[in-house]
Amino acid sequence: MNKPSIVIEMKDIVKKFGDVIANDHVNFQVEKGEIHALLGENGAGKSTIMSMLSGIYRPDSGSILINGRHVMVRSPKESMALGVGMVHQNFRLVDTLTAIENIILGETNDKWRGASWRKKKQKEIEEIAEKYGLNFPLSVPIWQLSVGEQQRVEIVKTLYRGADIIIFDEPTSVLTPGEVEQLFLTMQELRRNGKTMIITTHKLKEVMEIADRISVMRKGKMIAQMLKEETTIQELANLMVGQEMAEGILIQPVEIGAPIIEVKNLVVRTDQGIHAINGIDFAIHEHEIVGIAGVAGNGQKELAEALTGLIPWKSGEIIFNHKKLVNPSVSELIDKGIAHIPENRMKSGLAGSLGVVENLLMKSYRTEHRAKFGLLNKKANIEWARNLIQQFDVRTPDLLSPVGQLSGGNQQKLLFAREIDLKPKLMIAVHPTQGLDVGATRSVHEMLVHLRETGSGVLLISEDLDEIMQLSDRILVLYNGKINGNLKRGQAEKEMIGQLMAGVTNQKGAFDESKVVV
Amino acid sequence: MSQKSSYEHISVDLKVDNRKPRMVPYKFEYNPHKKGGWWVPLLSIFVALIICAVFILLNGMNPIIIYTKMFQGAFGSSFGISETIVKAIPLLLCGLGVAIAYRIAIWNIGAEGQFLLGAIGATAVTIFLPDLPGALYIPLMLIMGIAAGAIWGLFTALPRTYFQVNELITSLMLNYVALLLLNYLVYEAWRDPAGFNFAGTTEFTPYQMLANIGRTRLHIGLVFALFAVAVLAFMLTKTRWGYELKLLGANPIAAKNAGIKMNKHILIVMMISGGLAGFAGAIEVSGVAGRLMYGISPGYGYTAIIVAWLAKLNPWAMIMTSLFIGGLIVGGYSVQSMGLPLSFSSMLQGAILFCLISGEMISGYRLKKIN
Repeated sequence: MNKPSIVIEMKDIVKKFGDVIANDHVNFQVEKGEIHALLGENGAGKSTIMSMLSGIYRPDSGSILINGRHVMVRSPKESMALGVGMVHQNFRLVDTLTAIENIILGETNDKWRGASWRKKKQKEIEEIAEKYGLNFPLSVPIWQLSVGEQQRVEIVKTLYRGADIIIFDEPTSVLTPGEVEQLFLTMQELRRNGKTMIITTHKLKEVMEIADRISVMRKGKMIAQMLKEETTIQELANLMVGQEMAEGILIQPVEIGAPIIEVKNLVVRTDQGIHAINGIDFAIHEHEIVGIAGVAGNGQKELAEALTGLIPWKSGEIIFNHKKLVNPSVSELIDKGIAHIPENRMKSGLAGSLGVVENLLMKSYRTEHRAKFGLLNKKANIEWARNLIQQFDVRTPDLLSPVGQLSGGNQQKLLFAREIDLKPKLMIAVHPTQGLDVGATRSVHEMLVHLRETGSGVLLISEDLDEIMQLSDRILVLYNGKINGNLKRGQAEKEMIGQLMAGVTNQKGAFDESKVVV
Repeated sequence: MSQKSSYEHISVDLKVDNRKPRMVPYKFEYNPHKKGGWWVPLLSIFVALIICAVFILLNGMNPIIIYTKMFQGAFGSSFGISETIVKAIPLLLCGLGVAIAYRIAIWNIGAEGQFLLGAIGATAVTIFLPDLPGALYIPLMLIMGIAAGAIWGLFTALPRTYFQVNELITSLMLNYVALLLLNYLVYEAWRDPAGFNFAGTTEFTPYQMLANIGRTRLHIGLVFALFAVAVLAFMLTKTRWGYELKLLGANPIAAKNAGIKMNKHILIVMMISGGLAGFAGAIEVSGVAGRLMYGISPGYGYTAIIVAWLAKLNPWAMIMTSLFIGGLIVGGYSVQSMGLPLSFSSMLQGAILFCLISGEMISGYRLKKIN
């Protein structure tokens, strides 16, 4: 018993989604009774591998051993039976039911469901909650509980179902700092009781606070595994973002031109009233690609939405083409020359059930070339669409087949064709290569560089640091809605950006723990 | 290991080696972009006829004879055909109305109420302006009918756009408000004093009636309805506005990113939707009933939902589907004499809608080979 035994061993796991390799021969081990942090950026493959452990996905190849036994986890139910429970980032609770009802939901053992049975169950649940110091109201509908309390219900649910190994998927992303503290106390309590825990996160400070051992993933690969004592925040930041530069296209140095857009002291609030963008200043010039680096959820989405007119901003100024924008509508900004490659092309960029022509028309159907007196120029539009897909090399069976059936790369090229055809002064590209294969990624990069050469400004928001570093003339690091670093091309090292992304404010010299903001 | 784990009782093939090949190497895969073609409505009608045939058999009758009789009743004589068309006119107009709302995923099930308001609006002209020059009546009545229906549609659209109130609920509830308003008018306020106990207004004068076609009950409302089909079909396929609606229906988020304002379109579309149903109501009082009366609509506004979906929301196809459903209603009358209840034709309509919805859903699935 003294020697720690390996409770989870994942060997050589491969998982592909279409052409994208989410997990590339990943090996992962967890020892009994430890808190194991799985660290990595969004899209590094953490969630995928945890989903395979909890039976949501199945690996394409590789094997999973739990307590030294080969197992096949085919459903969350089976993983539960193996003693593995997962606390999801988005809780799996029924809002209108009470905590107790949620916990016993799906129980199939007992036929008798009378009052005495309920009482017995309530007692069992209360005992578990008490044992681990997890307090929450038992008989109140879930929607009346705070987020932290809901998470505690989730934890008790996994414990009640007999979990010895608990996976926490980004558990702190929804919590307030106080609730994070309490969660960590709970986790320590669970560890004292012999439970094994895996926590996926991209927050370095939390890793150093709670974890015993740390595994780092990057771009689908397992990069390193070490004990907490053996490492530092700086090292983890470097491992997470990587050192090597992918070979890419060459960018010719060009003199930047006049400013296209100037953002002054911009504040943007979310629907909940939180300041997602909290007073930022920057400008984008002609012939310039400005990259926004940052961990997801630090204000990127809101920045893109404000600049495209999708949401209003609270205060500050945006000056576009030397004119101040006042409550601009989306169509006004399209007409002024702002193009937009939205985050999720099928969700917000294209209409999957419509054909190529109709998708290409989306931004330009108001112009005189495409429609006169309110009537669409059908023939001219088909000819125009045919030229565009030829020019941008969009492979489609014909102009009418639904674009939802095209490959991701072709969809993105179609989207770029539409936006570049507007001859934009400013292009706002959000995660433009997400989910694309190497070839399509390259074409997207070429198109962005082409825009820069022809005099447009580009705002590139991406989680892929290689991409940002390769293409950007200037890199702004967004952290907590503020710009936490402004670096020129060549001046930026990956290591430094990684630390700025993690909230370190001190650019050069020693790492200053006190300046890390949670 | 001292600890006996709680999952020892699970012993069924957890070992990788036990992976058995599946007996059937195929599975169904759902693809939201695959939709059924024209054959889905036809097949659903066929399946619905078979389902209802079982009930006919249970009633001790021969379904083939019943269906033949229904067909003959609806389409077998010039009287039958004209009656079928008379029923098809309001169905077609209400169907066009709900279809345009459904195209942008606004679930207007309030065509019944909008139809009633149209009938009330048209009748109001005859009540409040009794001394107009004769030629002015019909245009004014039709315009008032359309306007009343459109305003009734707005009552649904405004809460939806400003307070996110679900239009499904408001449009349905407004049907009952409209029905109670109709009943108040025909029993109380506008009741014909010379009409003994009949719940209706005074009969319209000939100037207040639409011209009939031939010597049947068929009236020139048919021309208006066909005209509405052509105009709507043109608007939806050829104009910028039609393109905006198409985009809103296909992907509202992408449409928003393209600068199209959903709320503005909901208001416009619900006014058109209600206006078309109101048009139908105005035509029904001035073309068929000749007065506003209790039970002016046998549920045209609800039946129109089936008309719209059978035609896959295509205006031209709705000419066919409204005739078909109209024929079903007329044919239903003719088999009553054979002992089938009148509700048989409603049951058939319901079965068709049921099969249609399941058919559309099922046609998204494709059989795929598992490698």
